[in-house]
Amino acid sequence: MKSAVIVFPGSNCDRDAAMAIEKVTGTAPTMVWHQETALPDGTEFVMLPGGFSYGDYLRCGAMAGVSHIIPAVKAHAEDGKPLLGVCNGFQVLIETGLLPGALMRNASLHFVCEKSPLTIENGNTQFTSRYGSTRDVIIPVAHHDGNYFADDETLDRIESEGQVVFRYARNPNGSARDIAGIINEGGNVMGMMPHPERAIDADHGGTDGLAVFESILGSA
Amino acid sequence: MTQYADDITPEIAASHLPEDEYAKTVEILGRPPNIVELGIFSVMWSEHCSYKSSRVHLKNFPVTGDKVIQGPGENAGVIDIGDGQACIFKMESHNHPSYIEPYQGAATGVGGILRDVFTMGARPIALMNALRFGAPEHAKTRQLVSGVVAGIGGYGNCVGVPTVGGETNFHAGYNGNILVNAMAVGIADTDKIFYARGAEPGQPIVYVGSKTGRDGIHGATMASAEFDDESDEKRPTVQVGDPFVEKKLIEACLELMDTDAIAAVQDMGAAGLTSSSVEMAGKGQVGLLMDLDKVPQREESMSAYEMMLSESQERMLFILKPGKEHIAEAIFNKWELDVATIGETTDTGRMVLTHKGDTVCDIPLDPLAEDAPMYERPWARAIPESAVFADELAQPKDYAETILTMMVSPDLSSKAWIWRQYDRHVMADTAASSEDPADAAIVRVHGTNKAIAITTDCTPRYCENHPIEGGKQAVAEAWRNLTAVGADPIAITDCMNFGNPEKENIMGQFAECVEGMSEACRVLNFPVVSGNVSLYNETNGFAIPPTPAVGGVGLIPDMSKRMGYGCVKAGDILMVVGDTAGHLGASIYMKVIENREDGCPPPVDLGVEKRNGDFVREQIRSDAIKACHDLSDGGLAAAASEMAMASGTGLNLVHDGDLPLHGWLFGEDQARYLIAVDEAKAKDIRKAAKSASVPLHVIGIAGGEELTINGTIEVSIADLKAVNESFMPTLMGEAE
Repeated sequence: MKSAVIVFPGSNCDRDAAMAIEKVTGTAPTMVWHQETALPDGTEFVMLPGGFSYGDYLRCGAMAGVSHIIPAVKAHAEDGKPLLGVCNGFQVLIETGLLPGALMRNASLHFVCEKSPLTIENGNTQFTSRYGSTRDVIIPVAHHDGNYFADDETLDRIESEGQVVFRYARNPNGSARDIAGIINEGGNVMGMMPHPERAIDADHGGTDGLAVFESILGSA
Repeated sequence: MTQYADDITPEIAASHLPEDEYAKTVEILGRPPNIVELGIFSVMWSEHCSYKSSRVHLKNFPVTGDKVIQGPGENAGVIDIGDGQACIFKMESHNHPSYIEPYQGAATGVGGILRDVFTMGARPIALMNALRFGAPEHAKTRQLVSGVVAGIGGYGNCVGVPTVGGETNFHAGYNGNILVNAMAVGIADTDKIFYARGAEPGQPIVYVGSKTGRDGIHGATMASAEFDDESDEKRPTVQVGDPFVEKKLIEACLELMDTDAIAAVQDMGAAGLTSSSVEMAGKGQVGLLMDLDKVPQREESMSAYEMMLSESQERMLFILKPGKEHIAEAIFNKWELDVATIGETTDTGRMVLTHKGDTVCDIPLDPLAEDAPMYERPWARAIPESAVFADELAQPKDYAETILTMMVSPDLSSKAWIWRQYDRHVMADTAASSEDPADAAIVRVHGTNKAIAITTDCTPRYCENHPIEGGKQAVAEAWRNLTAVGADPIAITDCMNFGNPEKENIMGQFAECVEGMSEACRVLNFPVVSGNVSLYNETNGFAIPPTPAVGGVGLIPDMSKRMGYGCVKAGDILMVVGDTAGHLGASIYMKVIENREDGCPPPVDLGVEKRNGDFVREQIRSDAIKACHDLSDGGLAAAASEMAMASGTGLNLVHDGDLPLHGWLFGEDQARYLIAVDEAKAKDIRKAAKSASVPLHVIGIAGGEELTINGTIEVSIADLKAVNESFMPTLMGEAE
């Protein structure tokens, strides 16, 4: 599978994302610098990695959301191809309007890093199909602004449409309805605060994140 | 008759240098220095930059070894970890700024130590920190903890290097001077290491990174003076960090280091542009000609003095091979960082600076470096205290209550409130961090099956009561912690935090700690490869406890053989490696239960330390041990409590013999490890211990849901966890 990882100044999980993609798909992704205006030909999967794009100045993901590469990323999503944003990548997806809601500062006001128990709410997506019957997983979180917010109407809608994909079993940040990860209506754009790329190896963080990448490979 | 230049008054001169040092500058120059030159001399000859009080003692450290590629004197120490790879590391203090402005002080401490490591060509892979705060009840403690932790996290998390471990203590001795010691560890190829030395005449001097502003002017000088009640007014001398720029700087520098453009490189840390350029000039092997008009400036109308003394963060100085400037320009432009050629190296052996068409500085470099003052300050040996054994102290009435009281005490309590705020997993190679039951952090060398083990250690209350034994113990505990995770200990970095060296007793603490550390390093083959000295940690005449923090680094050749203390299962046999005499002097038990801090700390027998440690490591490598925890603060009771909490299984300890129970449980005798062994392997390990002449005592068996002692004392794991995790949230006003 041909994939791409977008690198913004301040991205810091780009290498981890690339490692995870290569481990599962067998092919290293192309690292695409934010000032590019096109994705490599034939790109089937795009990942927006975690980090502090533009130092998280202004608002997390805000400047990355209007970066040069973003129109090409949006076009990729509009073509129905899989697009995954993790942590800062999720914040960018929200800023671009590809996903609904907002990510506010954690309720504790502290950065939180821990191995977070999650429940898979929708195992029938391009990003979760390979979890099979597994519903309880542990995937690390590490963020300062992961407190998901949307109005009740939106929350009701995404819940009823199966767009809530991951929920926290132990809410670390005050997220509305314990939401940890959501998917768009088309089912091809997912954003999540937990880091599946940090859970692909028993020596580091466990292996509960592998199935996210396996699902993408299976569906592409 | 002392002479002064036109732009200097006797008061200005006196505020920069003591009279005798000022006279020396006049002698070196053959004329009185102008204000720029005076500023340069004063920072280069500050305690912080020149080590003028400490050098005479530091030369006693063993600094060589078969794994040492670079010892002290460069930006960081370098050790060989095999396969053409090197591990590069250093620890540094940021005490004074962190007390004045905790968030920025701690943040820039992290930024500075990272630069020391990637300046040498290493990709940083781990951060550690050793923090000492005042008494929990002191009015400033909560605010300082809050600011320092947020600052460390704010910088490290953003820059994308995992903060994997450290230690935190609280003691009234730090009420007026907290300690913030940050350590960075990186990995490089042995044939791609970059040094400050190596420049030749006729090469361009290239400035990269952030613009120069007026922040941090005279930071190095501030770090070389005592505090008083007006110290809060020094806030303008604390620098402001920008981790986003640092992240870009790391990537840009490593990209440039992949080319063959670089002759020498130095980060701009303490004393900024002055010390970075002077250090690259060596001892006058080359001269420097710089045009300060070309320095990227953040503010208007900056004077030459301000530019040379600014400690603005995230700046680096390269000396490139001639004609390679365009390579640097392309890379730094891509990363949207400033890049400017500000001068060139010369063959004059002098530092010549021009500004607005005038020559504003002309100093011979050799005497600036070589004639830096060196003091053999008078010092006095500490008066030895007597040992305290259990039979001199009444037994506690309620042992279970005593254990719980100790586990909620500031030093033994869980620091989860702190490390939850640090990204410990970014870079995806962390195998053990603060959250994991292991005596040292473990970080895999990317793409390999080997790992670096890292620990920071020091027991200041030991150093206070017996600086020599305390110095030995700091090194020995680091060595023991690395051993307990199955690593080969290789080398250390240090952060020597002390009070005012002009006082004989303080200088004595320094000299004796160095003496003890040196002996331990020698016997354990654990040399010092980098370090930092922070003196004048005093406020209104009260000095901190002597705190020679040690950062130890070791190698785990095979990741699958790493060890922790969290997988004990019911039925496992518990044993203690090493003998217990029940030393309670300067122990946590004495402090928490008896409210006494006196007594000689447990002596460190380095031969026994080595023998016991080598045995433990060998048994770990041969899969004979399931769990291993070093015995230190709080003795066996603390180690067993931690092992039980981490494993989720009870431990049933049995004590027989003449030693009073509180000596056995709480004594802090050195060179000991608590291990858990599969029942089927118990016989073999006892046989192995016997043939290695290592004392090995069976002390119990795992099972149940309590820590029990002799079947009569019971503490539930749930109660242990509840109290252990309650201290920090309560301190921070966030208890649920």
